[in-house]
Amino acid sequence: MAVRAMWKGVLRVADASVPIKLYSAIQDHDIHFRLLHRTDLTPVTQAMVHPGTNEVVSHDKVQRGYQVSPGEIVLLKPEELDSLTPEESRDIALTRFVPVGAIDAQWYDRPYYLGPDQDAGAAYGALTAALERGKVEGLAHWVMRKKAYVGALRVHAGVLVLVSLRHTEEVVAIESLETPEGPALDKKELVMAQQLMAMLEEDFDPTAYRDEYRDQVMTLIDTKRRGQKPKLGLVKTKPRAGNLKAALAESLRTAQRKPREKLSASA
Amino acid sequence: MPPRKPPKAEEPPAPPPTAETSVVRGFWTGNISFGLVSIPVTLISARRSGRASLRMLAPDGTQLRRRYFGAQEGVALENSDIVRGYEFEKDRFVVVTDEELEGVAPKLSQEIDLSRFVPLADIDPMRFEHGYFLIPSKRALKAYRLLAATMEERGRAGMATFVMRGKQYLVAIIARAGLLRAETLRFDDELRSIAELEIDKSAAVDAPAVEAFARRIEELRAASLDTRDLEDTHTQRLLELIEKKRNAGKDVVAAAVTPHEESVDAKIVDLMEYLKNSITGGDASAETPSRKRPRSAQHKAPTSRQPKKPRAPRTPRS
Repeated sequence: MAVRAMWKGVLRVADASVPIKLYSAIQDHDIHFRLLHRTDLTPVTQAMVHPGTNEVVSHDKVQRGYQVSPGEIVLLKPEELDSLTPEESRDIALTRFVPVGAIDAQWYDRPYYLGPDQDAGAAYGALTAALERGKVEGLAHWVMRKKAYVGALRVHAGVLVLVSLRHTEEVVAIESLETPEGPALDKKELVMAQQLMAMLEEDFDPTAYRDEYRDQVMTLIDTKRRGQKPKLGLVKTKPRAGNLKAALAESLRTAQRKPREKLSASA
Repeated sequence: MPPRKPPKAEEPPAPPPTAETSVVRGFWTGNISFGLVSIPVTLISARRSGRASLRMLAPDGTQLRRRYFGAQEGVALENSDIVRGYEFEKDRFVVVTDEELEGVAPKLSQEIDLSRFVPLADIDPMRFEHGYFLIPSKRALKAYRLLAATMEERGRAGMATFVMRGKQYLVAIIARAGLLRAETLRFDDELRSIAELEIDKSAAVDAPAVEAFARRIEELRAASLDTRDLEDTHTQRLLELIEKKRNAGKDVVAAAVTPHEESVDAKIVDLMEYLKNSITGGDASAETPSRKRPRSAQHKAPTSRQPKKPRAPRTPRS
């Protein structure tokens, strides 16, 4: 079954526009759990409680506030909060174009695929071609479901993709951290590490990795549902090799002895 | 009794504060292994909550607490009264414990086994989900630096899957500037293929139309990303409004400070401190990261906030 678009908007580059449909590029395979009351196994409800009186405060009586200092809270009225809600719009404004790769992946949040809406196919194709030719990606601003977004507009396999980006305050930039330091690394160890890594190198194949744990959790649920006792293992910490050089040398010997498949078989 | 909202998050409440819980609670501690070389590390989220967090207050200004309720009205449940259940049929649940979730894949819970090294450039960043920094324990610093240097030299990312809090993750371990970070990647079946969508690309591409877009793009072209474009203007406007009201003395109430209601900012500062101490040797202790706590946080009670990451397997990301 074809996936339905979750939103419709209009890409705007200066005075040009491309009506688009937006699709989530992600699909959820999560196993969902509920919180239950232990005694009767019924779902719990949640409510806000006054810590002094232990009484439930109903939603319409709850006030919002921001703590400006340890002793002070500024209250915010619903209408004040509403006034800050961004104005609804269908526009996805492209404000800037930067070279492909200039937007580091550390900013990436969620990807969306874009398709042309109605008869916008020609304009969609032209914008895609222009982005590819210029080797650029666009910086986009839009409001979707009462929330303002910043995103990167890129071309992926001939299709436009919009990746929502995180705000500056939400990311601990790599640049802000210090490099671990110490005495110069041992040349021989470096050579051995290079050799070992070379033996473990391969191309990236996304289909080679499977979420097997999800299946195991479903098996666990199934076993318990049938009233059987699940088989469980114990979490054990692997003993650590004491000497780095010896561990590298032994790893190299093992890697050389064993066929490639065996070593790369994932846990 | 006023109507209550059903729980939004499908995660158990935070464990009650104990001597063992600390600011670094909830982060994964285990080993990355490279051949037989095993490096104990702690994962620390590279993401932080940037939005100004608003408190929920009672009409008298007291900060409210989120509690869970069962069938009996007015009696809040303790954490020990709450279990996690999977709904296999309408209103019928199988209870699953943390121990069971860990026990189905014990090895995966402790090891990030780097058994494949792939070209870093091969990984489409669209797969990236969440970034973590890998903080080595002091005694493993040499092996950590060796691995980082080798990966950077060869332009490779180490691939592995591992289990953290009841969910299996695919991670790419990436070295940059001597630091290792883990990017959790979406599994292949979590990313839709374009073929599933009805994207019509049949329209002929018209050269003058491409040219017209190219000209407009050229006018808006910049050499690099200006991070000012990533500023959270909504939060900025909110903070401005708050500051204005504060200066005018409007709607300012006294906050009753309890140890449970620490600001989130304090937590962020602690994290940075923790990171710095671990990497640069600001603290001479040889304890493992799981035990070590930033000094500044040792005497503080943990916040009452729930852990950021879902504790239940595969909970939805909102």
